Amino acid sequence: MIHFVLLISQQGKVRLAKWYSPYSQKERSKVIRELSGMILNRGPKLCKFVEWRGYKVVYRRYAGLYFCMCINHEDNELEILDIIHHFVVILDRYFGNVCELDLIFNFHKAYYILDEILIAGELQESNKKTVERLIDAQDLLVETAKEEANSISKLIAQATN
Amino acid sequence: MNPFSSGTRLRDMIRAIRACKTAAEERAVVRKECAAIRAAISENDQDYSHRNLAKLMFIHMLGYPTHFGQMECLKLIASPGFPEKRIGYLGLMLLLDERQEVLMLVTNSIKQDLNHTNQYIAGLALCALGNICSAEMARDLAPEVERLLQFRDPNIRKKAALCSIRIIKKVPDLAENFVNPAAALLKEKHHGVLLTGVQLCTDLCKVSKEALEHLRKKCTDGLVRVLKDVVNSSYSPEYDVSGIADPFLHIRLLKLSCVLGQGDADSSDTMNDILAQVATKTESKKNAGNAILYECVATIMSIEDNGGLRVLAVNILGKFLSSRDNNIRYVALNMLMKAIALDSQAVQRHRTTLLECVKDSDASIRKRALDLVYLLVNESNVKSLTKELIDYLEVCDSEFKGDLTAKICSVVEKFSPEKIWYIDQMLKILSAAGNHVKEEVWHALIVVITNASNLHGYTVRSLYRAVQTAGEQETLVRVAVWCIGEYGEMLVNNAGMLAGENPITVTESEAVDVVETAIRCHSDLPTRSMCLIALLKLSSHFSSCSQRINNIILHYKRSLVLELQQRAIEFNSIIEKHHNIRSALVERMPALDEATYSSRRAGSVPAAVSTSEGAPLNPPNGVSKHTSSALVDLLDLTSDDITAPSSSGGDFLQDLLGVDQSPALSHPGTNQTQKSSNDVLLDLLSIGTPPAQSGSSTNNMLSPNQDNKNSLDMLDTLTSAQASSLVGSSMIDLLDGFGASSSVPVAEKNGLTLPSIVAFESSSLRVTFKFLKQPENPETALIEAQFFNKSPNIYSDFTFQAAVPKV
Repeated sequence: MIHFVLLISQQGKVRLAKWYSPYSQKERSKVIRELSGMILNRGPKLCKFVEWRGYKVVYRRYAGLYFCMCINHEDNELEILDIIHHFVVILDRYFGNVCELDLIFNFHKAYYILDEILIAGELQESNKKTVERLIDAQDLLVETAKEEANSISKLIAQATN
Repeated sequence: MNPFSSGTRLRDMIRAIRACKTAAEERAVVRKECAAIRAAISENDQDYSHRNLAKLMFIHMLGYPTHFGQMECLKLIASPGFPEKRIGYLGLMLLLDERQEVLMLVTNSIKQDLNHTNQYIAGLALCALGNICSAEMARDLAPEVERLLQFRDPNIRKKAALCSIRIIKKVPDLAENFVNPAAALLKEKHHGVLLTGVQLCTDLCKVSKEALEHLRKKCTDGLVRVLKDVVNSSYSPEYDVSGIADPFLHIRLLKLSCVLGQGDADSSDTMNDILAQVATKTESKKNAGNAILYECVATIMSIEDNGGLRVLAVNILGKFLSSRDNNIRYVALNMLMKAIALDSQAVQRHRTTLLECVKDSDASIRKRALDLVYLLVNESNVKSLTKELIDYLEVCDSEFKGDLTAKICSVVEKFSPEKIWYIDQMLKILSAAGNHVKEEVWHALIVVITNASNLHGYTVRSLYRAVQTAGEQETLVRVAVWCIGEYGEMLVNNAGMLAGENPITVTESEAVDVVETAIRCHSDLPTRSMCLIALLKLSSHFSSCSQRINNIILHYKRSLVLELQQRAIEFNSIIEKHHNIRSALVERMPALDEATYSSRRAGSVPAAVSTSEGAPLNPPNGVSKHTSSALVDLLDLTSDDITAPSSSGGDFLQDLLGVDQSPALSHPGTNQTQKSSNDVLLDLLSIGTPPAQSGSSTNNMLSPNQDNKNSLDMLDTLTSAQASSLVGSSMIDLLDGFGASSSVPVAEKNGLTLPSIVAFESSSLRVTFKFLKQPENPETALIEAQFFNKSPNIYSDFTFQAAVPKV
């Protein structure tokens, strides 16, 4: 299983952190510090797997962002490389040429997407279109609710004026 | 509406934070926002709770504490609208973890949401539950999740499947409830549900044996069919990853096959065809294909043996090894470790590629490859492999040198076909990476050298040559200095030349040069101490350089390092005042028994080894103390000890023998009676006829310390000034005398001796009786009992009782 997913920028800033195993807040900061140190310093030609505390951490670099996933020793690292890519392609299709800024200002949306791809540290959906459809449907619900709220508040504003 | 209470929009806050130039600025902005959010929370402001929680989450990601927001999450989850629930659940997953009690409060909300008519809300609840539920929540909500496994909507079914995985991991007892629904999921057509269903089945099998049995019986055939369908399915753009349709599903199905087939020959049989098909037909140009192949190989390695498939698997690994992609090579090396256990012949074929991987620029690959090569070494390939590894050792990075050195040393020791090869390789290793060589390794080397008497000349000459080029390697210098001290004359006389060896002219003064450079250039104590002793030995062998050596030693009389100063003073005194005993003192060391050394090393008491490892050469200290001053002093000291038989005597003797602590003393299986120690000393100092050989070996004398060797050297020559051949027996006296009960060694000088007998022998103890009749008193016979500890353990509380028949 995947124990956690981290998105770390080149400068060591965390853009996204999802934990599927119990780590306390203090432990989380420690883990992030350790892994940032290890991964950000690796040369580009080295293999994309790092052994850490008995687990394996698989990472892929996209522009200035490192996508890291920590897995058990017996899991298939090559598959995780593809899962990371799966996630990135879906992000790209959703945001349209996603860049780091998109992930910063819309971090909550990035989390929603991740929640449609992984649950409990396992892959949920291999079909990119299905994921898109689900996200869009939920976004629509949010839009509708917002519009309703706006129209109601307009009514109230009119009524009270 | 109060415009101020609305606070900033999420976007604006993020912009403001990013615009901060210093950490202090950022802290100020965050503090302001947190204050506003806290105020809004306490006022129970509903309108902007959604936005406030989003802001709080961002602040949390920056690393600031946000505990006050936890209850907000609960409130939002409890509200009826979808947007609030969505952000509420996200906040829950981000700000809380399963260990917090607050989480329990959400159980009821989640239960209601699981039963909600809106499938997206049910989906949110399943997602949150699957990601962070605790064991109690899992137990409470398991029935709901089980029901949802059969929900009409595939989106819910797949989420329910993954949520179930978490539930059975947290509460394994519930696994049996999920077995049937999980098996049903295997018949799904929807890829997402099938994917998650297969994963659920795999985890069920890992958690519960009954589930494994059930699924194995019912589902193996179905599984194979599904795998066949997936493998043979046509192109589908939705699932395509680099030309393969849904590689993730491939891999999940293979994993389940692995779990079902492991340990069960029938299931494994049904899978053979499809595995062979996957192994041969899958394209390996892109990562997706390689991931499938890798999983396939892992499956083949785990299920019951089918020769053909295994060969296929190892071939795939071989191809991976020569791939240019580092990732592929890394996983291949990993898998080969497993393969070696199953079929090491097949892996041997890839030895050359593995050797190339040892030289790779990637540290993880190097390490893996080295581990593999180490496992592949056997008698037939050890010479070529060692040559390759040593060549690489000379050029590799220093972080890797330690590992590599340790592995090469252990390979050389285990498999060396002949001594001369072993010595050659060790010299090469010492020259290339001496500083990384461990203590016991070079100690072992010296043990071997002393035992290879025909190679002494060759060794000392090779060492001499090596030090000229690699003099900065500490360990090499130590070994060289020791050998030059011992076998100095062989160096200058070219004695013991082997066929094909090149003669080398070394004058006595050049030999002394080496030692002098060593003592001058190296700053660590053991090396310099060894140099001083070597110089003493050389001063006896090389009379022409005696004066020069004495001058060097004189220099160290003023050293601020106590050890060196002491040695220098003592040795100087020996050189100047005690010519008569000098040559006896520095007699050649006897061969150290290899078998005992290696068994000691393998299973011996750590205490003795470790305490002396650090400063291996302290003991000669104790010895020298006594040899330098007149022998009379020794006797005096002895007499002191006789009157004060408590701890002082024992300690004194320990010092004498150069063992740091009592554990080493007890190696020879002694009891710690102080009286006997005094006896031994008298024995030691009685430079008369030592008692007859008891025929026991010198085995017990050895403890795995360098110290004893040197100290015994000294003591040796003390007791047997004339008869160096009785070296063995005097050593026996020394140590075995511990076990001696109240014998009177002085009498031995003059008494008749009768042949000794072995009174008792077992695998861990041998007792020998030596008999002596004093001429003055023929009715009494003196029996000296010697106890040898043959086991590697310390004896403690050892008592000897003698029962005598009444006359």
